[in-house]
Amino acid sequence: MTGIIHKKRVLVGKPGLDGHDRGAKFIAQALRDAGFEVVYTGIRRSPEEIAAAAIQEDVDAVGLSSLSGAHMRLFPAVVKALGKAGAPEIPVLGGGVIPDEDITALKAAGIVEIFTPGTPVEKIISAFQDACEKKPAG
Amino acid sequence: MTIDRLLEGLRQRDPRAIGRAISLVENGAESAEVILSSLDEDLISEAMVLGITGPPGAGKSTLTNGIISQLRRDQKRIGIIAVDPSSPISGGAILGDRIRMMQHATDPDVVVRSMATRGRLGGLCATAGAAVRIMASCGCSPIIIETVGVGQSEMDIIRLADITILVLAPGLGDDIQAMKAGLLEVVDLLVVNKADCKGADILAMDLEAVTRKGSSTPTQVSMTVATESKGIIELLGRIDRVDSEHRDSGERQKRRRGAHDQEVLEWCLEILRPRLLAEITKRKLPLLGDPRLKAKNILAEQ
Repeated sequence: MTGIIHKKRVLVGKPGLDGHDRGAKFIAQALRDAGFEVVYTGIRRSPEEIAAAAIQEDVDAVGLSSLSGAHMRLFPAVVKALGKAGAPEIPVLGGGVIPDEDITALKAAGIVEIFTPGTPVEKIISAFQDACEKKPAG
Repeated sequence: MTIDRLLEGLRQRDPRAIGRAISLVENGAESAEVILSSLDEDLISEAMVLGITGPPGAGKSTLTNGIISQLRRDQKRIGIIAVDPSSPISGGAILGDRIRMMQHATDPDVVVRSMATRGRLGGLCATAGAAVRIMASCGCSPIIIETVGVGQSEMDIIRLADITILVLAPGLGDDIQAMKAGLLEVVDLLVVNKADCKGADILAMDLEAVTRKGSSTPTQVSMTVATESKGIIELLGRIDRVDSEHRDSGERQKRRRGAHDQEVLEWCLEILRPRLLAEITKRKLPLLGDPRLKAKNILAEQ
């Protein structure tokens, strides 16, 4: 072996039935350009599918996108599914059309960061970087 | 996860442990050596390693998904290593092969791992072989390796896999493409995917004509429509036949021997690389003169 590599791996996916994936693809590409390895799972995934994929891929963080208004149900469901599958330490970040009043509740439910349409991409990337670094070795 | 818990997890075939073990090996962590020497060598030597290669967009991932569905009906536990390219600029990657296989995401007997090439150019990543061994040791067989979308000369897969299939689709070039030297000559089976599209029959004929030239056992051409799971059972039948022929004739062992020696050689070079580079940099050699002669001189002094 020729030295230890610390490559950040993240999963980007869309839980639920909403098929608007422009945002998720934009973030996936921005993360790629920032040097992340991004496992992209596409649209219409169940929280259990996302959790199982995150574990098999051994990612450092999970990014979710939802534009349909179902974030209050789906984002916490992914956190719960990760816990149930034995990986409660993988941080979950979320983005989408999310009203301010929901953000506090989502953070209380274990989502580390929430991004809304106005969030600059640099801020999103640095939030993923922080989340990946803070993840304890599970 | 402590190393003891990780090794215990691998024995229990825990998905968490498998995922972590592959990462540690991929990242060259110190524990990689402990992990790789703790594996079940009997399972590794018995497992079938199936390579799927072909140009971008030919349908490799969709075909892989169809193969998984069929093999799951036969109760097999399957490993999938899906390789996508790393960006030469940022080092990042989009690993998107999983999208086509998500219907199996919650099946504990379908173990999928996406890997980025991390600078390697042969169609795979340097640690694909190690990932194969970890999966085999955890009871997966076959293990399917899907290469990056390739051109004509990415040969890594031929070495690593016991059997390699090349997936092509109509509309990607004329019959001269089929005549060129390269991958086409060395794969075990050919697949014309998207067989419901215009030009599929002509492509199959061209391929058959090329592979029949000068060979007593021409490479068989299968037709599939992966999106509709058409032709998959027939293809799997052919794969099984080639596999048992190779096991009987000793071809499988011969290939594994070649692959093994080559992989050891590559790791030797990989381990030497940083030391040699440091030596070269230190010498501040003049730009004039032939690089090959300089290399010989440096090696002679080591």
